[in-house]
Amino acid sequence: MASITFEHVWKRFGDVIAVQDLDIFIEDQEFLVFVGPSGCGKSTSLRMLAGLDEITEGTIKIGDRVVNDVPPKDRNIAMVFQSYALYPHMSVYDNMAFGLKLRKTPKQEIDKRVKEAGSLLGIENLLDRKPKQLSGGQRQRVALGRAIVRDPAVFLMDEPLSNLDAKLRVQTRSEISKLHQRLATTFIYVTHDQTEAMTMGSRICVLKDGIMMQIDTPQGLYDYPDNVFVAGFIGSPAMNFFDVTMVEQDGDLYVDSGTFRLKLPPEKAQAAKPYAGQEVVCGVRPEDIHDREFTPPGIRAEPMTAEVDVTELMGNEVFVYLLTGKKQFIARVDPRTKAKVGKEMDVVFNMENVHLFDRKTEDVIR
Amino acid sequence: MDRIILGLVVVVGVPAATVGYVWAFEWVLGRMSYTAAAKIRPWLWLLPAFVLLAFYLIYPGLNTIRISFMDARSTEYVGMDNYQFAFTDPAMLTAFKNNLLWLVFFTGGTVILGLVVAVLSDRVRYETLVKAIIFLPMAISYVAAGVIWKLVYDFQPAGQPQTGVINALLVSIFPNFEPKAWLFNTSFNNPALIFVGVWMWTGFCMVVLSGALKGIPQELLEAARVDGATEWQVFRGVILPLMASTIVVVTTTMVINVLKIFDIVYVMTNGLLGTEVVANRMYKEMFNFRHYGRASALAVVLLLATLPVMIVNVRRFQRQEEIR
Repeated sequence: MASITFEHVWKRFGDVIAVQDLDIFIEDQEFLVFVGPSGCGKSTSLRMLAGLDEITEGTIKIGDRVVNDVPPKDRNIAMVFQSYALYPHMSVYDNMAFGLKLRKTPKQEIDKRVKEAGSLLGIENLLDRKPKQLSGGQRQRVALGRAIVRDPAVFLMDEPLSNLDAKLRVQTRSEISKLHQRLATTFIYVTHDQTEAMTMGSRICVLKDGIMMQIDTPQGLYDYPDNVFVAGFIGSPAMNFFDVTMVEQDGDLYVDSGTFRLKLPPEKAQAAKPYAGQEVVCGVRPEDIHDREFTPPGIRAEPMTAEVDVTELMGNEVFVYLLTGKKQFIARVDPRTKAKVGKEMDVVFNMENVHLFDRKTEDVIR
Repeated sequence: MDRIILGLVVVVGVPAATVGYVWAFEWVLGRMSYTAAAKIRPWLWLLPAFVLLAFYLIYPGLNTIRISFMDARSTEYVGMDNYQFAFTDPAMLTAFKNNLLWLVFFTGGTVILGLVVAVLSDRVRYETLVKAIIFLPMAISYVAAGVIWKLVYDFQPAGQPQTGVINALLVSIFPNFEPKAWLFNTSFNNPALIFVGVWMWTGFCMVVLSGALKGIPQELLEAARVDGATEWQVFRGVILPLMASTIVVVTTTMVINVLKIFDIVYVMTNGLLGTEVVANRMYKEMFNFRHYGRASALAVVLLLATLPVMIVNVRRFQRQEEIR
């Protein structure tokens, strides 16, 4: 159990900056997820914490201890790798016991811990097997078990689910969450999958090109993205972005795309006032665009009309790909919708959840 | 003129005969049922190789065994006489003792040094350079290496300018050092010879072992480090076990290699002053003393010594085939 501190951490590989001025405090027992597209520096950050990559500049602390020059073996961390990295020449039992044996843990204690972890993960009947004889899901469990038996201060996981099939991934996702609650240890988890981040993290750190874009709770990121990148990265299907002009008329503010004009609610208008007459980016999530016939009650609905390009029936909902002018956007609407491809469709935008971004800096206007 | 015609016959005739052979048996097989043809076809492809092997390997092998029971000119059977010579003659006992020395120190030296270099060079940026330098002697023939090292080991009496590199170096560093006759002093001429072999073959072991090392995923080593292993424990617990099969292959290859060791000894000392080895003795019996019986007996002894190692290697290959 320990907190983690990244203090102005930089990582350079020659001229390439992999991580830029990363500054985070991760509380004890937190489940922090590093998320971002490939090459954003999330794995590098984790590897620096593990001691597998050197820190170019800055300080990393585990608890109160600066670990910059501490070798991985002395950091009291456990790590689950994407490839699982099981020792192929050892049985499942020995894979899990390896770290304990190195620490000269007594035999009975090793035996007890390995068997406990084995039954916790449902692999107690596989302990004699070699990794080669296991399925992907079972190997993944062994990798988790190898981390658990060590009872480390921090769990590090580098894309541990990406080699599993979709169904198993969903199942293991919830199991890892449960494990976190049960072990009450700090978890740091790296993924490129925003769904994994949203479902598992108590906080999420979004990275892009080595720069931290935002760190917040999943709900915080979803509701209040700081910039266009986070807004587009979190949520599926992704947020729609419209290039619009902010128009002032009779004391009210409108966003005008040329093909539609929507009135901003007062609290949004307040913040957006300085941008009157300027071009901004307007972001609307697909779930905030409704079929007008099935407008939910209590939202600030602004109507518009668009042409239906494609519809995708999901069963519980319909993804409608709409066209306004040349611009395509997605609405996630009630399955009772009568939207027909090629026909016009009346939709409403929930203006309370509209996000406005400065076009140059791509930062939110708040 | 005759030679040109013969050359033409060989250049044109051999490929033509090969194609003709394939064409002929395919013509015959074409007349058979599909399943029968499929059963016979592999044997027809193997047949030429078997015939060649029989002529160039099996027949000479068997004949060597036969001759090994005959006298010097292969005229009369002498029973086990030649073998009795092989295992009792003082010169032969020296040769066997030296072969054993070579076996232990050459094999151990090349494999261990190769492993050390492979593992250590893997961690530095100038790896390619290191490996190139260590591999370089492989490109030299045994005879050339023998000549080079004869110069390196060269000796002049104390007080005179030393023309051998080693003595020259030692004398210049330690003025009181007494130059040593590396190849003539019986207390270290065998190690001096073995060192030349090690110098030549470490590169080979290094390259093969390095290949195996590179095949170990980096993440495994990182996992071990995170698990709490020191670099030595990573090596002992993960790297070494995963390289074990390659180490066995390299070791057996080196053993087969060293049992036949001949050239270095032949060039540098010709087996004098207690440096004799079995293969060199075999050469002497054959070409100097013209005793075909003894030479053949030694050949058979060497064959029997390499046989178990060969079997180990072949078994390994078979197991690898099964794994694939």
